[in-house]
Amino acid sequence: MHDHDHHDNELDEMTARVRALETILTQKGLIDPAAVDAIIETYEHKVGPRNGAMVVARAWSDPEFAEWLREDATAAIASLGFEGRQGEHMVAVFNTPTQHNLVVCTLCSCYPWPVLGLPPTWYKAPPYRARAVREPRAVLQEFGVQLGPQTKIHVWDSTAEIRYLVIPQRPANTEHLSEAALADLVTRDSMIGCGLATNEAAA
Amino acid sequence: MNGPQDLGGRHGFGPVDVASGDEMFHAAWEKRVLGITLAAGALGYWNLDASRHARESLSPAIYYNASYYEIWLRALERLLQDAGEVSGAELAAGQSSAPGLRADRCLKAEAVSAVLKRGGPTDRPGAASAFSVGDRVRLRNHQPAGHTRLPGYVRGCTGVITLLHGAHVYPDSHARFDGEQPQPLYTVSFKATEVFGADADPALTLSVDAWEPYLERA
Repeated sequence: MHDHDHHDNELDEMTARVRALETILTQKGLIDPAAVDAIIETYEHKVGPRNGAMVVARAWSDPEFAEWLREDATAAIASLGFEGRQGEHMVAVFNTPTQHNLVVCTLCSCYPWPVLGLPPTWYKAPPYRARAVREPRAVLQEFGVQLGPQTKIHVWDSTAEIRYLVIPQRPANTEHLSEAALADLVTRDSMIGCGLATNEAAA
Repeated sequence: MNGPQDLGGRHGFGPVDVASGDEMFHAAWEKRVLGITLAAGALGYWNLDASRHARESLSPAIYYNASYYEIWLRALERLLQDAGEVSGAELAAGQSSAPGLRADRCLKAEAVSAVLKRGGPTDRPGAASAFSVGDRVRLRNHQPAGHTRLPGYVRGCTGVITLLHGAHVYPDSHARFDGEQPQPLYTVSFKATEVFGADADPALTLSVDAWEPYLERA
């Protein structure tokens, strides 16, 4: 972290270093700053976990879609318009009353961008990467998720280009909700496996 | 490589920073690093595996003290220097002193959407899978000095093939620019007690995705 000592008239070391590289590459014609802006805009504002929530809500509402998701998640997700970089090969893993799924990338930060956007900072940091595989129950407790000791856990380490999307269990008492209302119950963390979908806000 | 990136199962890193919540960037410069890195990838000098190798090749002292996007930035500076597009003197001066070699491949703003949507699939035609779902396999004691996607914590462990993914680009060769050499890819599942010993969570299953050269029949 290099952003803690700010002075009004002085760039911090990392800002200056990045600006130097961007200046050099722009002067050489190797990058277009407007393209850099467009990439940032895409992942800050256009592509995010709302996409994944729509996939989950569809799976909860439509058993045929859920089955397609089990058989060929890449195609099923693409049918909703979500595809491309870091989502080329998707696998959906379904939570059940007896089995919980959790996703990690111990080697770097692999994450399904088209459905979840960019990973949050904690997902990329050493504590999560080190501990999710060894002590997921303790990690889940830090997220406020308490699973019974009888609940099995499956941790998926994304070591190749397969990207995993957790389909959380549908909360109870949501039979009356529309697909759009269901999507509102699906959090980003629940699709990584670090949270549960809940209807507390709706109740 | 047995580098700083291979974190699975390591002790001593402390609690997860749950309070950071939805934060994706610590500072504005990190956003520029994301954008510049993706844009520079279009120049075609390296591939996904080579860029990962550049990141994990940072000294562990630097890797563990850097934020995630500082790791990206340092690796990008290295890759651009290795490509001959940027010199150390230019980086120190913050100014270009020579024209770009591949300016014709510069990613333009209007192409960004299509490039991101296309992505980079890694499945390829290749040899049929030697293993089937349900087969017992052992992860080889595979410790190359170069790039590999076999994490250290599962080396030597015995598990079961649970998914077949067909042939995919093989990272070990691809990262050293020695071709895609597609190999069958599998998901292999393990009991946590096999991986982390008798004190591990008895109700925990772990899986990794592993290419056929990482595996032997058990």
